[in-house]
Amino acid sequence: VIAMWALLTLHRWIIHSGLKICCMLLSTQSTEAKNSEDIRCKCICPPYKELPGKIYNQNVSQKDCNCLHVVEPMPVPGKDVEAYCLRCECKYEERSSVTIKATIIIYLSILGLLLLYMVYLTLLEPVLKRRLFGHSQLIQSDDEVGDHQPFANAHDVLSRSRSRTNVLNKVEYAQQRWKRQVQEQRKSVFDRHVVLS
Amino acid sequence: MESEQLFNRGYYRNSYNSITSASSDEELLDGAGVIMDFHTTEDDNLLDGDASSGTNYTMTNGGNISSSTHLLDLLDEPIPGVGTYDDFHTIDWVREKCKDRERHRKITSKKKESAWEFTKSLYDAWSGWLVVTLTGLASGALAGLIDIAADWMNDLKEGVCLSALWFNHEQCCWGSNETTFEERDKCPQWKTWAELILGQAEGPGSYIMNYIMYIYWALAFAFLAVCLVKVFAPYACGSGIPEIKTILSGFIIRGYLGKWTLMIKTITLVLAVASGLSLGKEGPLVHVACCCGNIFSYLFPKYSKNEAKKREVLSAASAAGVSVAFGAPIGGVLFSLEEVSYYFPLKTLWRSFFAALVAAFVLRSINPFGNSRLVLFYVEYHTPWYMFELFPFILLGVFGGLWGAFFIRANIAWCRRRKSTRFGKYPVLEVIIVAAITAIVAFPNPYTRQNTSELIKELFTDCGPLESSQLCQYHSGMNGSQVVGDLSDRPAGPGVYSAMWQLSLALIFKIIMTIFTFGIKVPSGLFIPSMAIGAIAGRIVGIAVEQLAYYHHDWFLFKEWCEVGADCITPGLYAMVGAAACLGGVTRMTVSLVVIVFELTGGLEYIVPLMAAVMTSKWVGDAFGREGIYEAHIRLNGYPFLDAKEEFTHTTLASEVMRPRRNSPPLAVLTQDDLTVEDLESIINETSFNGFPVIVSKESQRLVGFALRRDIIIAIENARRKQEGIMRTSRVYFTQHAPSLPADSPRPLKLRSILDMSPFTVTDHTPMEIVVDIFRKLGLRQCLVTHNGIVLGIITKKNILEHLEELKQRAEPLAPPWHYNKKRHPPSYGPDGKPRPRVNNVQLNPALEETEEEVHLLNSTTL
Repeated sequence: VIAMWALLTLHRWIIHSGLKICCMLLSTQSTEAKNSEDIRCKCICPPYKELPGKIYNQNVSQKDCNCLHVVEPMPVPGKDVEAYCLRCECKYEERSSVTIKATIIIYLSILGLLLLYMVYLTLLEPVLKRRLFGHSQLIQSDDEVGDHQPFANAHDVLSRSRSRTNVLNKVEYAQQRWKRQVQEQRKSVFDRHVVLS
Repeated sequence: MESEQLFNRGYYRNSYNSITSASSDEELLDGAGVIMDFHTTEDDNLLDGDASSGTNYTMTNGGNISSSTHLLDLLDEPIPGVGTYDDFHTIDWVREKCKDRERHRKITSKKKESAWEFTKSLYDAWSGWLVVTLTGLASGALAGLIDIAADWMNDLKEGVCLSALWFNHEQCCWGSNETTFEERDKCPQWKTWAELILGQAEGPGSYIMNYIMYIYWALAFAFLAVCLVKVFAPYACGSGIPEIKTILSGFIIRGYLGKWTLMIKTITLVLAVASGLSLGKEGPLVHVACCCGNIFSYLFPKYSKNEAKKREVLSAASAAGVSVAFGAPIGGVLFSLEEVSYYFPLKTLWRSFFAALVAAFVLRSINPFGNSRLVLFYVEYHTPWYMFELFPFILLGVFGGLWGAFFIRANIAWCRRRKSTRFGKYPVLEVIIVAAITAIVAFPNPYTRQNTSELIKELFTDCGPLESSQLCQYHSGMNGSQVVGDLSDRPAGPGVYSAMWQLSLALIFKIIMTIFTFGIKVPSGLFIPSMAIGAIAGRIVGIAVEQLAYYHHDWFLFKEWCEVGADCITPGLYAMVGAAACLGGVTRMTVSLVVIVFELTGGLEYIVPLMAAVMTSKWVGDAFGREGIYEAHIRLNGYPFLDAKEEFTHTTLASEVMRPRRNSPPLAVLTQDDLTVEDLESIINETSFNGFPVIVSKESQRLVGFALRRDIIIAIENARRKQEGIMRTSRVYFTQHAPSLPADSPRPLKLRSILDMSPFTVTDHTPMEIVVDIFRKLGLRQCLVTHNGIVLGIITKKNILEHLEELKQRAEPLAPPWHYNKKRHPPSYGPDGKPRPRVNNVQLNPALEETEEEVHLLNSTTL
C-alpha cells in the first residue's frame, strides 16, 4: 500500500511539475551571476591577401569587443592593420550556461519520470492489481468506463462539490478519473478517429 | 456592434430588421427585400393563428414575458453545474456573454458596500490582465525550454559534448579557439559518435557508424514521443491549430487544453523535433500557449466559469504562442486576429498585444540561442531590390500557391485514408516507419541532415565575405583581386553547383515527407517545413537569377542597374520571399504572414516583395481550392466550425433546414406545467437531443422558452438530493407559480431557473442567409423556428453546417464522399406519446431533394 501511495503522490507531483519549470527557470535566470566563460567576443576575419581566413575568440567585455583588442597576435604589419580590421566582423555574444544546464536537467528528469510512470502503468500495474485485488475487481472497474447513461454524468458534476475526508481516497479518485479521461481521449483519437486525424 | 445587438436582444426578439440594420449595408438591402416578401405572403395565416389561441397565451404567460429582460431567470437558487457544457458540445455565446454581464453588474453594485467587496471588484477588473501576464510568462518560459532542449537533443543524434554533457554542438565549441575559418563547428570537445565508439573521426567506417547512430537516435526519439502521446495524452498530437480554431469558435473539447496535454506536448515536441522528422515546433507552441492560458484562467473565477470569457484569454494566448515561436509579437497578434480567433473585440486585441510582449520578453531574457534573438533564423540585410525582381518574386508566389494547393490535396487525401481505413489503427508503427524513412534518406544529404531551422538560417543568410558554407563558394572576383569584388555578383563555383543539386534533392524529399508527416500522432507543426521548402526553392531561383544577371549583364533588363562588379541580386532575399510564399500557400494567411516575416528580418524595404509574393500565392492557391490547410483539417474532422470568411449565397429558407424534416417524427417538446418527473426522464432517456423547446400546452403550442438537456438532468438530480418529497409522479413546472394540483399529489418541482426565457427565434420563412448571418455574428448554438408563435422546429449550428455541406456537394458532385463516422449515441426519436397535431395552415415550401443520408458531417460530435 505504501508503494501505491508513493506512486500516487508521484502522479500528483508530475502534474504540478510542469508549472514549476517556469518558476525555476526564471529564478535561475535572475540569481545567477554572469559567468566569465559565458561571454565571448568572436571575430571572423576573411582571407586577406595571402593570409587565410581566421576566427578569433576572446573573453572580453562588450566595450572591448573590436578587432584591435581581440585579434592578437596581429597577423599583418602595422600599415595593413586598418584594412585588415575593416573586414573583420566582431560579435559580442552572451549565454547563460546555468540556464542551459538547468533546463536540460529538468527536461531529462521529467522525461525520465514520465518514462518510469509509463512503464509502471503499462507493464507493472496490471500485474500488481491482479495480485492485490484478484481478478474480479479489475473487470468491474473496466466496465465502469463504458458507462454512457445520461444521468451518470449528473452524478459526476454534482459530486464534485462533495468533500472527501480521506486523502488517499481523494488521490485515488483523481487518478481514476484521469485514467478514464485518457481512455476516452485514446478512443476518440485512435479508434474512432473523430478528432485529430 | 455585437454587444449592442446583444443588449437590445430582449426588446428586438424575432425582429430581423434590427439584426440586419446592425450589419453592413449590402446585407441590409438583400435582407429587407426578402422580409417584405415574407410579410406579404403570410399575412392571412398570421391573423388566423392569433385569433385562435391568443387568449390562452396572455392568460398563462403574460406576466412572465414582461418581467425578464435578461436571458436566464437565474437567481432562485443557483444549481451547481447548470450552465456548463458537455464534452464535444457547442457553447452559446449569447448566453455566456449575458451571464458575464450579469456577474459584472452584481460586482459593481456590491462594490460600495465594504472595503472587502471593493478589493474584490478591483481584483476582478485586473484579473484579465493578470491572466494574460501569467500566460505570457509561462509560454515564454516553456518556449525557452523547448528551444534549448530541442537543440541539445537534435545534436545528440550527431555526438556529445564531453566536457559538459548538457551543451549542444554550438555551445560546446563556444569558447574554443580551435575552430577554423573553413570548419567553424569543429572543436576537440565535441565528439561524434564514431569518434567515441570507433576512435576515428574520418573514413567510411566512421561514416557508417555515424549513420547508424543517427538512425538509432531518430527512431528512439520518435518511438518515445509516440508512446508518451499514446499513454498519457492522445490530444497532444498534431499541430493543434485546427482544434484551437474550433475551440475558439465555441466548441468544447474537454482535456484538450489541460495540464497533461500541456506537459506531454512540451516534452514530446522536443522529441519529435529532435527525431529529425519533417515538422516544426511553431504550430504546437501555439497549442502550448493556449494550454497555459486555459490553466491560468482557472485561477480567476471570471474566466474559469465563463466559456466565452475564457476564449478571450485563449485568443491572447495564441498570440503569445506565435510571438515566441517566431519572435514576432506583432505578427502574433495579427495571427490571432486573422487566423485563429472567432470573436476578437478591441479589449482582446490589447490583451493579446500585452501577452505577446510579455512572452517575447521572457524568451529574450532566457536567450535560448545565444544570439540575443528570439529565433534561430533571424537575418539582417539591407541591400536594395529592383523593380525587375518583382517578376521572380511573383513566380515564387505562383510556386508557393501551387505547392500549397498540392500539399492540401495530398495531405487531406492521406489523412482521410488514415481516418477511414484500417491503416489508421497502427499509429505507433506509422510514426516509426516515417521516422525511419526520413532518417535513412536524410542523412546522406547535408541539407536534410541538419535541423530544419538551421537549414532555413543558412538559406536566408546572404553570402558575404565572412561566409564559408558550400552555398557561398563562388569564384573570386573578375580581375582576380579580392579588394573590390567581395560583395559583387560572381560566377558560381563548383561548390554552388553541387549545393544546387543537393538542394533540389532536398526540396523533393521535403515535399514528399511533409505530406506524410503532417498528421502523424506526434506533435507536428507545419510552418517550418513549409518555410524550408519555400526557402530552398527561393534560394535556387535566387542563384539562377544571380547567375543570369552575371552572365548577361548587358541585357536590357539588367543593363541599367546591374553593372559589372556590382552586387545586385541577393539570393537570401529570394529564399525569404519563397518561404513566405509557400507558407502563405499552405495556410492562406496574408497580413500576419507578411508581418511575421518582416519581423524576422527587420528590413522594412522588403515589405512590397513579400506582399506581392504572398498575395500571388493566395490567389493561385485559392484558384485550386478556397480553404487553407487548417480549414481543410477542420472539415475533414467534421468539427462544428462556421467559417466567417465564407459567403452564403443560396436562397433556401429556414423551414427547409430546420429539424424535424418533413417525414421524420415530430419535434420533442416539453409543456410548461403538465409533465411529471417520470415523463421528463423518459423523454430524456429516449431521445438524444440536447435541448427541448418548452410550450404552453399541447393545445396551444405557443413557445415559452428553451431548456437544455444537460441542465434538466442536473436539475432533477439536484432536486432529488436536496429537496424533500420529489418523486417520480411529481409535477414539473416551468411557470412562475405552481399549477393548482389535487391535495394528495406530491410536491411539484420548479424548473424555472434553468429555462431560457428568451430563446432566439426566427420564423419559418426567414431566408437562410439571414439565419447563417445571425449564427455567425452572435455565435448562437440553436435557434427555434416558429410560425405565428407556434414552434415548428429547431435549427442548430450542426444543421447549418450539414446544409452548407449539402449545398456544396450539390454544386460540385465530383468531390469525394464524406468520411464515415460511427455515431456515439444512436438516434432515438421522441416517443409518440406527444403526437403534436401539425399546424395545417403552414405552407412549407416543397423541400429540395433530401440527401441527408449522404451527409455524415458531425455525426460523432453532437452539438
